[in-house]
Amino acid sequence: MILELFAEIIQDSAVKLTSFFSFEYLVIFLPVVIILYALSPGKAKKYILLLFSYVFYVIVNGGLTLFLLFSTVCVFAFSKLLESIKSKRAEALKSCEKDKKKEIKAEYQKRMRSVLVFAIIIHIGILVVLKYSGFFAYNINSILSLCKIEFSFIIPDFALPLGISFFSLQAVSYLTDVYRGTEKADSNFFRVALFLGFFPQIIEGPICRYSQTAQQLWDVKQIEFENLTKGLQRVLYGMMKKVVIADRLNPFIQSVFSDHKEYGGIMVIAAAVFYSVQLYMDFSGAMDAVCGIGQIFGVVMPENFKRPFFSKSISEFWTRWHISLGTWFKDYIFYPVSMSKRMKTVTSAARKKIGSYYGPLVAGSIALFCVWLNNGLWHGSAWSYIFFGMYHFALILLGNITAPLSKKVLHKLRISSENKVYLLFRIARTCGLVVIGELFFRADGLKKGLSMFFSIFTDFRLPEMTDGFLGDFRLSFFDLGIVFVVLAVILVISILNEKGYIIRDLLQEKNVVVRWTAIIAMIVVIIVFGAYGDGYVPVDPIYANF
Amino acid sequence: MEKLYEILREINDEIDYETCTDLIDGHQLESLAILALIADLEDEFDITIPATEIIPENFNSASAMYSMITRLQEDE
Repeated sequence: MILELFAEIIQDSAVKLTSFFSFEYLVIFLPVVIILYALSPGKAKKYILLLFSYVFYVIVNGGLTLFLLFSTVCVFAFSKLLESIKSKRAEALKSCEKDKKKEIKAEYQKRMRSVLVFAIIIHIGILVVLKYSGFFAYNINSILSLCKIEFSFIIPDFALPLGISFFSLQAVSYLTDVYRGTEKADSNFFRVALFLGFFPQIIEGPICRYSQTAQQLWDVKQIEFENLTKGLQRVLYGMMKKVVIADRLNPFIQSVFSDHKEYGGIMVIAAAVFYSVQLYMDFSGAMDAVCGIGQIFGVVMPENFKRPFFSKSISEFWTRWHISLGTWFKDYIFYPVSMSKRMKTVTSAARKKIGSYYGPLVAGSIALFCVWLNNGLWHGSAWSYIFFGMYHFALILLGNITAPLSKKVLHKLRISSENKVYLLFRIARTCGLVVIGELFFRADGLKKGLSMFFSIFTDFRLPEMTDGFLGDFRLSFFDLGIVFVVLAVILVISILNEKGYIIRDLLQEKNVVVRWTAIIAMIVVIIVFGAYGDGYVPVDPIYANF
Repeated sequence: MEKLYEILREINDEIDYETCTDLIDGHQLESLAILALIADLEDEFDITIPATEIIPENFNSASAMYSMITRLQEDE
């Protein structure tokens, strides 16, 4: 009985540990790591980070840690194999005759490509089996049933190791970089392990490149006071976004998305807008925590957000939202596809026929389709995610096709592209399109998403409330007021950031009273206005599920 | 260098390539423009630009592009 209770407590703590802002993470786990890190001698610090990255992963994932370990061993071994083929190629080139060089280069390139493809198949294969086999089996069964074939596959339901979608992409990027020669294979297994498994980043990213974090994590030194305070400020800022805004909006979003027919079109619009805000606050808040924790140890983690809701187009939005995923797809899918020999031929031929602008659009669109299909699938194994990807593909494609026409219309109307009203219109249009995409992203399946979307036009009404305005959703005017005030503060900070001011740096220049007032104000806002207690269930880190 | 400016102006003549240093980071050249630009550069300078070279550092300014072209010509 006691053992069962103990196991239950451990299980409960393990689940909560996946949230940066849980008591278990912020008050127990993180301080323990920081204290032991600070007390350990210089050379041991990196090993402390590695040890606690694995301790964290084992607590949260138990036996599934083997997947992370296996991935690390594979990455290490295959990168070394690639490097050894490269060395052999260099030796062979040194001793060969000039006219044989091309042949030798091609031969070794082929060998390296086989190794890379095999290593990628292992990583992506595991991801596909664990994450998508159930989805594929279900859909194949549906087709078989439609064709009246009496056979069905067993639908597997595998447990998914935490962060597998993130560390698998990191693994593939490192191996590809070694293959391309932009990175040398690391001969230190533990450095590779820390790069893939660093505990703050493994939950929700960012998807780091080897050149961005591996050496930094290995060179960590004693904690500096400035880094500690700035890092904690960033964590607090992220926590404010999460517990004051994202968690507070949750009951409303959950209510409408679970039974939209009861509430009507106006509430669907409100829920889609609030969900977009919630997702941004949840995910960017988590990234603030990752960057803040990294800074405490003196590590600069790559930024994953750059004020996405100031974007003037959907394609710009995706260069500001989940940046590390966008650049990953650009570097490892978009350009390799659009720059392949076949596509280059297509581009050259198309440019001769349809001109300099529309020519590259053919290859670009094929590559873009690959990117967005994968982007949709990366988020989850459901048709709604595929639709989400295709929706963005269609919008970006449409934007590309109509760009010359828009330019002509603007020219005729004598509207400058820098006109402020026009810029605001573009920003508002982008936000609207993003909100529609997020509606499908959050909806419980594509069918429901479509039903919700059409209800905006066919069921445009205010719901009948039995418990006062918005009372049915446990979202009072007080709640809305808090959300809007904190959002206004974040908006002001974002505008200043957009203009090049870094608030934390500006604060650092102020005297100690101003600095601590800002920190205490954030803590007070979190404690007083955070969504705790009856009626509030903290949102699980949304991106940790991907 | 003059030939490079000519190619760039053909792609978008509204940008001052002699002073602009954030062609990629400032979203002045989108991915489709880059595909067109690469096709032109490969034809004009007889080089092959691999996907690994398509990084902001190589395309943010005309001078960065020129350095990349020179380097690739030497490698070939």
